[in-house]
Amino acid sequence: MATNAYVPHAAGYVDNEGVKIVSSRFPYEDSYTLERSLATGGYEGMKKALRMAPADVAALVKDAVLLGRGGAGFPAGVKWGFMPPVWPRYLVVNGDESEPGTYKDRLLMERDPHQLIEGCIIACYALGLNTCFLYVRGEMPVAQERIAQALNDAYDAGLVGKNIDGTDVSIDIVLHWGAGAYIVGEETALIESLEGNRGMPRLKPPFFPAAKGLYLKPTIVNNVETLANLPWLMINGSEEYKKYGSERSPGTRMLAISGHVKRPGVYEVEQGKVSFRDLFYGENYCGGITDDNDLKMFIPGGGSAPWFFEEQLDVLLEASEVGPAGSMLGSGAIVVMDETTDAVRACLRVVRFFARESCGKCTPCREGTTWEEKVLQRILDGHGRPEDIDLLLEIGANISPGVYPVAAHPDSGLEAVPFPPKQTTICPLGPSSVAPITSAIRRFRSEFEAKIANGSASEETHELSGTSA
Amino acid sequence: MSRLNEENVALAHEIISRYPRKKSALIPLLHVAQEQEGHVTNEAMEHLAELVGVTPAEVLGTASFYEMFKFEPQGKYMVNICTNISCQLVGGEELLHHAEKTLGVRPGGTTEDGMFTLEDVECMAACTEAPCLQVNYRHEYRLDNSDFDKLIADLRAGNRPEIPDHGTLGAVRQHIPADRMAGIESPETAGTPAWFASRTAQSN
Ligand SMILES: Cc1cc2nc3c(=O)[nH]c(=O)nc-3n(C[C@H](O)[C@H](O)[C@H](O)COP(=O)(O)O)c2cc1C
Ligand code: SF4
Ligand code: FES
Repeated sequence: MATNAYVPHAAGYVDNEGVKIVSSRFPYEDSYTLERSLATGGYEGMKKALRMAPADVAALVKDAVLLGRGGAGFPAGVKWGFMPPVWPRYLVVNGDESEPGTYKDRLLMERDPHQLIEGCIIACYALGLNTCFLYVRGEMPVAQERIAQALNDAYDAGLVGKNIDGTDVSIDIVLHWGAGAYIVGEETALIESLEGNRGMPRLKPPFFPAAKGLYLKPTIVNNVETLANLPWLMINGSEEYKKYGSERSPGTRMLAISGHVKRPGVYEVEQGKVSFRDLFYGENYCGGITDDNDLKMFIPGGGSAPWFFEEQLDVLLEASEVGPAGSMLGSGAIVVMDETTDAVRACLRVVRFFARESCGKCTPCREGTTWEEKVLQRILDGHGRPEDIDLLLEIGANISPGVYPVAAHPDSGLEAVPFPPKQTTICPLGPSSVAPITSAIRRFRSEFEAKIANGSASEETHELSGTSA
Repeated sequence: MSRLNEENVALAHEIISRYPRKKSALIPLLHVAQEQEGHVTNEAMEHLAELVGVTPAEVLGTASFYEMFKFEPQGKYMVNICTNISCQLVGGEELLHHAEKTLGVRPGGTTEDGMFTLEDVECMAACTEAPCLQVNYRHEYRLDNSDFDKLIADLRAGNRPEIPDHGTLGAVRQHIPADRMAGIESPETAGTPAWFASRTAQSN
């Protein structure tokens, strides 16, 4: 297959050169079938794992430094080690992908469900548990269908369920699906939802899922992409795995680059080897900014991440580089905005998302995000007040006290404040709403001021006709 | 008559059997109810309460948290347009405005002929394919206004038979044959899997 080719049946995926750990089957049109999976080494990693002792499988994953791909980037092997010796215990797979800008778990579920199922069995085996729930976002019926079919086929073929591959090992994987709520992606909310409740996060501590999760039993929640790495890792071993990526972040990431670039797409990229500049301008990747415009800003890791600018273009794509630079690689969601972008309008759109998706459990988040949205909307509409900029920062400080993470800006003597922010709330959703506000105001304060000064003189309003539910 | 029909009661029992606690089946069961009627009715919620052993208020409590559950009749096709950041940058809001004008409804509204309900929604994990929308949660990518008009015309003309009416999610369901199931136990009684105990002992 030629480099840099869009793969029509895997909308958005770009097949370029380089190692493919999780997307190797994407170029096949029938990549989601059991036949294709088995013809290309599917379930071999699982079979190898079943011949090893469970503890040795867990040790291999720990040695590989497999960082979680759901957002926080915590090493899977270390998290697995937090489980107390208590049974029953559960594995819950987080397929709720809904962070703005994120598009990779849906592809992994739709294009290679058997790889994910195989990864689940490997994890269940290492953790010594026999019940796994695969939670797929409600608005993804195609992923649900593909996984349902794959599970049915795998059960029939003896690859899941009772006596897997003729051994004594028996593990069930149950497909579960949600019904629309971003917050359910947060792991304790996911567990609440899986218990049949409103998807509101639990206060941690004491409810760290590894100790008290589903039904208050030890539970590991892992992201789809994290688990999709396991088959390759089992077959090739941790030494081979660590040959790719960087020392602190081995392996690859599935990165979605959207917005103002010439070739938006989902690329599997080695961690820590490529910079944002390579990604945006490289011929092998996005091929430049739309219409050769200037870059204004970019979001390096999903709507929750503080913004980066020109000065951060040479930061390498790995969590340990992006964090100290003032943001996060998060869910691998990179949104590029060129010089034509209205900073206030973009800021409002991201904030509005958090206002709509706040679960309402904590006051600073429930009230604060709504207030932030209203103030930003009136600035954009030409009804802003001079004190609104400080008001926005003050509301933000109620949700996230102290200095909010920010990227360096040498011209104004601003040093980077590393991620993560502090929080007065139960979960990080509230503080996430502060990221676009502090990012935009610190860098483009004059745009806010101009909108406020021009007041109702501004010729157009951008009010969205949508309901703010 | 909008309790679950006979076929769906059987399906409900099968779904419930896959969970260690019955209430865990609630969201999938609400989808079954919505699939049957196009929206979730009070009678269906009362029925689900009986099936999983909670009160109807608890069922409503759960259902009302989630955006996909609708408590009133909807259009045959739910047209959800993404206006979140990646889509906004390349025309998602303009597409929504075009849709409002074309369909003559605001977000949340249903056309008079009952064909379309319009919604403006959050990121649908297709950000590189922006601007995008979903029809009954099936994605359509990189649309301009004329693509939108064609889509609506096709739906009206019945040219998109692969898209089921609102309410139906996956057309394929998981089914575990009884003799293939490892066995789902209640969290109160389940213990360490025998294979784990023996394999761990062997390796020590
Ligand atoms: C508001 C919020 C939303 C989240 N959404 C997701 C999500 O959609 N998918 C996901 O895998 N993790 C999401 N996470 C992270 C999960 O809480 C959890 O850290 C992750 O699933 C763990 O998997 P990993 O260790 O394999 O990355 C979210 C976290 C927060 C605070
Ligand atoms: S921070 Fe917001 S979303 Fe998170 S628990 Fe509190 S109210 Fe809910
Ligand atoms: S922002 Fe529209 S699909 Fe993600």
